[in-house]
Amino acid sequence: MNYPDENTYGNKADIISTVEFNHTGELLATGDKGGRVVIFQREQESKNQIHRRGEYNVYSTFQSHEPEFDYLKSLEIEEKINKIRWLPQQNAAYFLLSTNDKTVKLWKVSERDKRPEGYNLKDEEGRLRDPATITTLRVPVLRPMDLMVEATPRRVFANAHTYHINSISVNSDYETYMSADDLRINLWNFEITNQSFNIVDIKPANMEELTEVITAAEFHPHHCNTFVYSSSKGTIRLCDMRASALCDRHTKFFEEPEDPSNRSFFSEIISSISDVKFSHSGRYIMTRDYLTVKVWDLNMENRPIETYQVHDYLRSKLCSLYENDCIFDKFECVWNGSDSVIMTGSYNNFFRMFDRNTKRDVTLEASRENSKPRAILKPRKVCVGGKRRKDEISVDSLDFSKKILHTAWHPSENIIAVAATNNLYIFQDKVN
Amino acid sequence: MLSKGLKRKREEEEEKESLAVDALWLDPGHAAVAQAPPAAASSSLFDLSVLKLHHSLQQSEPDLRHLVLVVNTLRRIQASMAPAAALPPVPSPPAAPSMADNLLASSDAALSASMASLLEDLSHIEGLSQAPQPLADEGPPGRSMGGAAPSLGALDLLGPATGCLLDDGLEGLFEDIDTSMYDNELWAPASEGLKPGPEDEPGKEEAPELDEAELDYLMDVLVGTQALERPPGPGR
Repeated sequence: MNYPDENTYGNKADIISTVEFNHTGELLATGDKGGRVVIFQREQESKNQIHRRGEYNVYSTFQSHEPEFDYLKSLEIEEKINKIRWLPQQNAAYFLLSTNDKTVKLWKVSERDKRPEGYNLKDEEGRLRDPATITTLRVPVLRPMDLMVEATPRRVFANAHTYHINSISVNSDYETYMSADDLRINLWNFEITNQSFNIVDIKPANMEELTEVITAAEFHPHHCNTFVYSSSKGTIRLCDMRASALCDRHTKFFEEPEDPSNRSFFSEIISSISDVKFSHSGRYIMTRDYLTVKVWDLNMENRPIETYQVHDYLRSKLCSLYENDCIFDKFECVWNGSDSVIMTGSYNNFFRMFDRNTKRDVTLEASRENSKPRAILKPRKVCVGGKRRKDEISVDSLDFSKKILHTAWHPSENIIAVAATNNLYIFQDKVN
Repeated sequence: MLSKGLKRKREEEEEKESLAVDALWLDPGHAAVAQAPPAAASSSLFDLSVLKLHHSLQQSEPDLRHLVLVVNTLRRIQASMAPAAALPPVPSPPAAPSMADNLLASSDAALSASMASLLEDLSHIEGLSQAPQPLADEGPPGRSMGGAAPSLGALDLLGPATGCLLDDGLEGLFEDIDTSMYDNELWAPASEGLKPGPEDEPGKEEAPELDEAELDYLMDVLVGTQALERPPGPGR
């Protein structure tokens, strides 16, 4: 792994809140707490610059969401971008969905490298001409100009969520997408902004009876009628939209029985699923809870087929992690292109990769001190007790303010993007 | 103003207790861990959870996931602290506005009221530490904090039998306030005993004459505690 590519910011608005490659991996989008979206584009390979193969450079930056004030409820709506999802490319322009807590927007990102010149009614600076001075007519022609990338909001999908949106997912039909909040999931058609169709509603008649919320949701990558959603109680429900209009009754229910030896006051909190992702193949789902990543086979509901310990050394620290609210941190997880490796973040700017075939795992660190351009990332290790070796770090020295919640993996190559607070790291496989 | 004083004090207490719990949890080699009574750890976890719940509900738009997880954890802790006492049945729907789905305001009021009623139920169990005052405000109608405190001596008359969360709350609320302000004959004849119930007018001691400024101040206090029942202003 080499070549960290960083953008360094200093203030809170620049904390990265989501990272996502597009379907070809040519573009990488990040959203931040200040409502901005920054898109990076991979440079074309050139024979002259082999060592700079595939660098990601800033392609476009725009303000997606602004802070809003809801006067009716007297509260401020954060502009923080919770999720970005790309649409598959269908023409020269790129389209992405970005969402904050309440409103989803469809953005079109397109290039302009020509401009019309030779207008009759206005001059080159755009000032209107006096028609009386025009004696001849000419046809405007397109002339090359410096490349300009512009982002325009094409649709705004608002006023459909009472609670905070945690997920958006584009359907494989490319005509619809869903947005999920704590209690409800809505289905949208890209062309229609003033209506959405409610497909899941777990709000109890009496809010007193509320014991569970929706934490994440995703469409199946190939079956446009199938989706899953996860809950704060560590369960996953798979729904089929053909079965009924309101998918309150699940087709499948995935839950692992609680391990009685590990039971504690915090059992439920650490079982709360923070992310759910279908494999590219569509045969598996991966879930992330506080201490583990689990892989489930869609055909087996009673337990996961694989469980990976992300940072089990935290199990004895749950009380203090509850006290400082770290236990509520929501980590995401990602598959690599071939579904053979999974990756997720941890604390101290560590992130973990698990090879499903070899069962090997590695801990890496995203930090400027440890990464120079073209340097190779060194595996890290956390020492749990006893004698600490030279390169190891002890549990009590971990920095819990440095959390890697958001990562992304290129759809086909070994290139990963890791967001560490307000820094973005891009690592790729070294090529000889 | 009153609640700020209370809150500050509670946070200090919570910090000390949490640190103590931390020491137990983080140092497995500590001899105290083996002997640490589970009740002590449960109790401070309970207090911590109540504090978290309080903070969460004070947000203009609480994080629902955080809220639900804290409440569920609180229920677990409570169940372990008093296993013999069955959890009282969920009370009838609180006096909240009709459940218009699309108004978060009504949902939040219902949720807040339901959390408050949950805590009222919990308060029936002995030995519980007091819950923060603003939650008590959102109990069933009539349980307002409007009544200023009687003298501390008079509070002895209010037994725990009233099952009122405010019994302890009142005492704690006025601990660091000079209650001589409220001791005056305007409010209640000195000869009469106090009726139990927080909304009754306080004070049966002889008091110096109340001047305009003091009266204004007192009215502000009474009106101010009512204002706590209204949802907080914008901001997170």
